[in-house]
Amino acid sequence: MLVKQISVFLENKSGRLAEVTSILGKNDIDISALSIADTTDFGILRLIVNKPEQAERILKENGFTVSCTDVIAIAVVDEPGGLAAALRVLDDASIGIEYMYAFVGKATNEALVILRVEEPEKAVQVLDKNNIRVLPAERVYEL
Amino acid sequence: MNSWNPTCESMSREEMRKLQSERLIKTVRRIYHNVPYYRNKMQQLGLLPEDINSVDDLKKLPFTYKQDLRDTYPYGLFAAPLSEIVRIHASSGTTGRPTVVGYTRNDITVWSEVMARTLTAAGAGKESFIQIAYGYGLFTGGLGVHYGAERIGASVIPISGGNTKRQIQIMKDFGTTHIACTPSYALYLAETMEEMGIRKEELSLKAGVFGAEPWTDNMRKEIENKLGIKAIDIYGLSEVIGPGVAFECECQNGLHISEDHFIPEIIDPQTGEVLPEGEKGELVFTTITKEGIPLIRYRTRDISSLTYEKCECGRTLVRMSRVSGRTDDMLIIRGVNVFPSQIESVLLEIGETAPHYLLIVDRVGKLDTLEILVEVSDKLFSDEIKRLEELENKIRREIESTLGITAKVRLVEPKTIERSEGKAKRVIDKRNLK
Repeated sequence: MLVKQISVFLENKSGRLAEVTSILGKNDIDISALSIADTTDFGILRLIVNKPEQAERILKENGFTVSCTDVIAIAVVDEPGGLAAALRVLDDASIGIEYMYAFVGKATNEALVILRVEEPEKAVQVLDKNNIRVLPAERVYEL
Repeated sequence: MNSWNPTCESMSREEMRKLQSERLIKTVRRIYHNVPYYRNKMQQLGLLPEDINSVDDLKKLPFTYKQDLRDTYPYGLFAAPLSEIVRIHASSGTTGRPTVVGYTRNDITVWSEVMARTLTAAGAGKESFIQIAYGYGLFTGGLGVHYGAERIGASVIPISGGNTKRQIQIMKDFGTTHIACTPSYALYLAETMEEMGIRKEELSLKAGVFGAEPWTDNMRKEIENKLGIKAIDIYGLSEVIGPGVAFECECQNGLHISEDHFIPEIIDPQTGEVLPEGEKGELVFTTITKEGIPLIRYRTRDISSLTYEKCECGRTLVRMSRVSGRTDDMLIIRGVNVFPSQIESVLLEIGETAPHYLLIVDRVGKLDTLEILVEVSDKLFSDEIKRLEELENKIRREIESTLGITAKVRLVEPKTIERSEGKAKRVIDKRNLK
């Protein structure tokens, strides 16, 4: 169920983001979601791609510091309160969220959200039990 | 000429050589019989104490390196029974092991004597108020100047380092005539005075003795202008005795070495050959009156040159030129000795494997700054910002507790620190002091 997310360490310098994305493009790797967390000096680029293992290897070969993290992708109803309902489930189970970002689904009435939590397996269980749709990794890579 | 000890400071070369020879012979006997480490070194070279009959034989003797002090940590090179040691000082070491030195009562007397010469040459006397803004403690700066200042009968203000506004207030209220600190701190004092709205005319300051870090003639001019004083360069290192090894006179044309206690040589750092007068090379000292820890041909790693020409001030003591650099990678940041390897071992402890790093030393305003760039390896990396910020903070804290100086830590991408010939360049010193 868990989705592999690629995280890349980037200094806050111009051209770094273009560099990463063009390396992935050249290697025919498709990005389906991304987010950037940044501080004054550096940032972390988080990516969901169609071929995570390959992306990790290629970026490492190109000298980037890369890590692979298990995250959860959920689909919530694209209407007011849709996300809140899902997050309440995790809160009730005392599962903390490290970070999250939304991503654009294609032509559906669902919004897709990537969650990084402390206990991903447990989170998947409680989400499932409460009828929040967790997307299987294969589905996410195909998006 | 203000001279504390005209006999010793102005004796003829011939008399000086005779005195040095007598004292060298005694010292060699002392270490041969009392320090097994030196005895082994001499035996390996087939040398006996009887082979040393004058200063001309100095070059036969083996060198002593900072590493020798570490290898024999803490007391292995002491030549006096520990019961005779009345004081211990230490300087920070590269691997966490400090360099330890011990003083007998007589060593303290010698130290006071050479510091008395230093302060007298800077125009101080018993009517002076000497404010000592060097740190007191294991560092030799504070207590070294202190004993010399008491020796000449001056009124000593042992304020130690830090608390700049209070320093200035006391300087003004107590009528300080002489200040002892690092040159960069002197500039910082001047700057803070401006902020406080205190003019140099409100002070009684006449001169300052500045040392423990490299500085330039431009800095000297700036200090002299801003504080309205004469800025005197002093030189010393704890292994030899501490501050007071060499001092400038009013001519400010080289530093007089108290060579009746410490014989200097200039050598080629590669071959170890003694270089002729006037040539630049590594400064080496042999202590000839010290009892606690006499050192033979101690390699300072400082680059200087010597001149035996009589000085206009009347002193005949040999003069060394202002230290123009180092033969190793030691940096002096805000008066603190820093080896890149110290920072490397901090990083090693945190990340298990040592990452590539670069030290950027700069002088912003009047103070030295240290920035450490650390390449983020897979081992150090986390996909959470807070973990990476924790990492930066941890490195900063460890550096501060190991070296006693604050540093800015910046994480950078791998392979962004320039490698030359496969080896990373570790230091960029932008202070441009040469």
